[in-house]
Amino acid sequence: MKNFVHLFTQLDQTTKTLKKVAALVDYFNDTSEEDKLWTIAILSHRKPKRTVRTALLREWSAAAANVPLWLFEESYHIVGDLAETMALMHPNLESKHDKSLSEWIDFIIELKDLEEQVSPSSSDALQTKKERVLWAWNQLDETERFVFNKLMTGGWRVGVSQKLMTRALAKHSGIEENTLSHRLMGNWRAETTSYHQLIVASDPADKISQPYPFYLAYAIEVDPQELGNTDTWMAERKWDGIRGQLIVRENQLFVWSRGEELVTDKFPEFEMLTKALPNGTVIDGEIIAYENGQPLGFNVLQSRIGRKNVSKAILKKAPVLMIAYDLLEINGIDIREKPMHYRRSELEKLVKESASEKLLISELVEFRNWEDLVKERANSRQHHAEGLMLKHKNGTYKVGRKKGDWWKWKVDPLTIDAVLIYAMRGHGRMANLYTDYTFAVWKGDELVPFTKAYSGLTDKEINQVDAFVKRNTVDRFGPVRSVKAELVFEIAFEGIARSSRHKSGVALRFPRMFRWRKDKPANEANTLDDLEKLLNLYG
Amino acid sequence: MSLLQFTEKGIYCERANVYIDPWKPVNYAIITHAHADHSRWGNKFYLCHHLSKPIIQHRLGGDIHIESMEYLEKKSINGVEFSFFPAGHIIGSAQVRVAYKGEVWVASGDYKLEDDGFSTPFEPIKCNTFITECTFGLPVFKWQDQKEVFEDINNWWRKNKEEDKVTILTGYSLGKAQRLIQGVDPSIGKIFTHGAIEKTNEIIRNMGVGLNETTYVTPEINKKDFKGALVIAPPSALGTSWQKKFQPFEVGIASGWMKMRGPRRRRSVDRGFVLSDHADWDGLNTAIKATECEKVIVTHGYTNIFSKWLNDQGIETQIEATEFEGEQLEATEKTDAE
Repeated sequence: MKNFVHLFTQLDQTTKTLKKVAALVDYFNDTSEEDKLWTIAILSHRKPKRTVRTALLREWSAAAANVPLWLFEESYHIVGDLAETMALMHPNLESKHDKSLSEWIDFIIELKDLEEQVSPSSSDALQTKKERVLWAWNQLDETERFVFNKLMTGGWRVGVSQKLMTRALAKHSGIEENTLSHRLMGNWRAETTSYHQLIVASDPADKISQPYPFYLAYAIEVDPQELGNTDTWMAERKWDGIRGQLIVRENQLFVWSRGEELVTDKFPEFEMLTKALPNGTVIDGEIIAYENGQPLGFNVLQSRIGRKNVSKAILKKAPVLMIAYDLLEINGIDIREKPMHYRRSELEKLVKESASEKLLISELVEFRNWEDLVKERANSRQHHAEGLMLKHKNGTYKVGRKKGDWWKWKVDPLTIDAVLIYAMRGHGRMANLYTDYTFAVWKGDELVPFTKAYSGLTDKEINQVDAFVKRNTVDRFGPVRSVKAELVFEIAFEGIARSSRHKSGVALRFPRMFRWRKDKPANEANTLDDLEKLLNLYG
Repeated sequence: MSLLQFTEKGIYCERANVYIDPWKPVNYAIITHAHADHSRWGNKFYLCHHLSKPIIQHRLGGDIHIESMEYLEKKSINGVEFSFFPAGHIIGSAQVRVAYKGEVWVASGDYKLEDDGFSTPFEPIKCNTFITECTFGLPVFKWQDQKEVFEDINNWWRKNKEEDKVTILTGYSLGKAQRLIQGVDPSIGKIFTHGAIEKTNEIIRNMGVGLNETTYVTPEINKKDFKGALVIAPPSALGTSWQKKFQPFEVGIASGWMKMRGPRRRRSVDRGFVLSDHADWDGLNTAIKATECEKVIVTHGYTNIFSKWLNDQGIETQIEATEFEGEQLEATEKTDAE
């Protein structure tokens, strides 16, 4: 495992993409096919299933370090990572193992069927999970222990996206990146396949699944008046869903997300489009949750993102469709260089002919002058939209984020001034800093918590808040500190909905700290009534 | 009446009417070491170790009233006997032993047990009450031998040199910086220093203490001369325009906090080296045991957790709030030497 740990250390030590790719290529060039396969599996979140309960690991780790369990837990709260806490706490011995990555993984998989604790009758060493795990910890040095623990426990973010890993693998193998990314999709497991089968063996589906790079819009920086003649522009709603590319080629359907991930199996409802659309069609649009003639809001869609299996219940609870807004390929011909108005009229025809309830056209917003659009933008929330999209009628479909022909014009966020009342330490990069905050509004003399927010502050501000929290702690509940009600923040959010899951009765969409209101004392923060008003207006 | 009490101004000995490391101005301040959170501005009279004196004078002005004494030397004030013992934290750092009629208290300031080859090594003192920090008072903080850490640093420097890069390594200006300068292998290349550090170096050299050769980074130096060199800078210099002239470079931080992956990644530097001037978990526990004290008072760091641990071990421990800062995780300078 030494070379894998070396790779991990290199990846962990740099934030530079080029260095990460170089480290991965070096590693791939110099490692066995078994280890390569497991590395790909780990970096694409296909670790082996957990074989030891973490409650046991904590207990064993604390005992081996000669500390009580409460102290282990306190340390874990501060370190912010279980695998790391266990790695740091264990007494350091000389590293002496020479197992490869795949051998260690086999070691972990084999733990599955063993007894958990040392039983008084078993005299042979290494017969139980506990004996084996302790043996492993004693063989490994600190970083190796960390890697081993990560393999054994929950999620592991190495700081390498699947895209980056694919790029490195492409360099190593000489196979094209998009081809590889397709080969890496789906439900394969390292336990049941081989490197050769997965990566090297050719797949005829490769070419036909290939997506086009997405054209991404910038937020508009100027007054739209300055865009000139209204005749040359068209406007659409900006839908709040997942950007997707829908491909039908050779009687097969492929759905790609903006992150160039193949998500076909996450959206089985689109399967019917294979027949409804002609071969050689590529549509760009927004996948949104939608029912009874209107969008359902992002929180509904969110309930199915990230799920491995899309159950019948989910399909019913969160039905989706695609709102199509661009056409990139027709009859197998790439038309991205044709003007927007042409692509749009072809798209309209296609959507109409498909006569599918899963494919809608993104309706144009009519306007005669820019004032009309200002009004339309203001009523975005009534349409369950995030704002407007402005597109130049003669523009081509570009690659990546480009200025000029597409602009997004989002509605201003809703805001409310709230008091910071609880703080918790962050995880990962923000471990050991109080970065996770709970905010409250006034109800009479009482502060009622209504949202958490994690983002929006600069590192410098986070340090200031962290120092405040440490000096103004009123009470502690495990990892949470309640603090003196003093700091006021303007919380911005995109939407508000009634929620039975939240104590306050409201759920916010994408809440973040918009501004630190150093000018406002706590008693001038907003009230629960103010929040109710927003809910009645926009909920 | 306790021999030492915690008041809003500092650690107070009423019988002698003196304070140890006061955080508000007082008449008579006994100083454990020259870091800014322990030797503050505005006291009428200062007493410190010989090696701390010029540094404090430089920081607080030449006109302050300051006296110094050697380790183990005794000073009696109204029947209370005060003496300094090495704390091993930085150059001139001392634990203050306070004795009156057979009762002994020790205010240890900041300390570490490992001999860093530069500060006078820590010496345990038997006492009744031991006042201690616990900046790294968690069992996850276990330091490596400094020899191994310097081997890592040297290897990193060598590799950067081969790639024609400048190696920038940060540590606070008083203490860590000199430990780095003295600990690296000077045969690899030239060592440059930031102004804040060179000033401190100069004071230390003037006291007759040996230190590897360093060159102050001035605007006149040709950019080419930095190639392959090591630049020692305070954490606050990171991300400033000062840093630009060393391009291409790699940046490392030497701090106890680098033990944790979160802080290491948060600073987004190329390398984090675990090197602290504070005692680690084992160090704190060893030091406390060696005092054979009946009572411990913890002042800064993970005080809640560490005091609970000690109480569980049967060592009576209480927490007293102070304004000491310990080793700071973020880029704040403890000692502003300019």
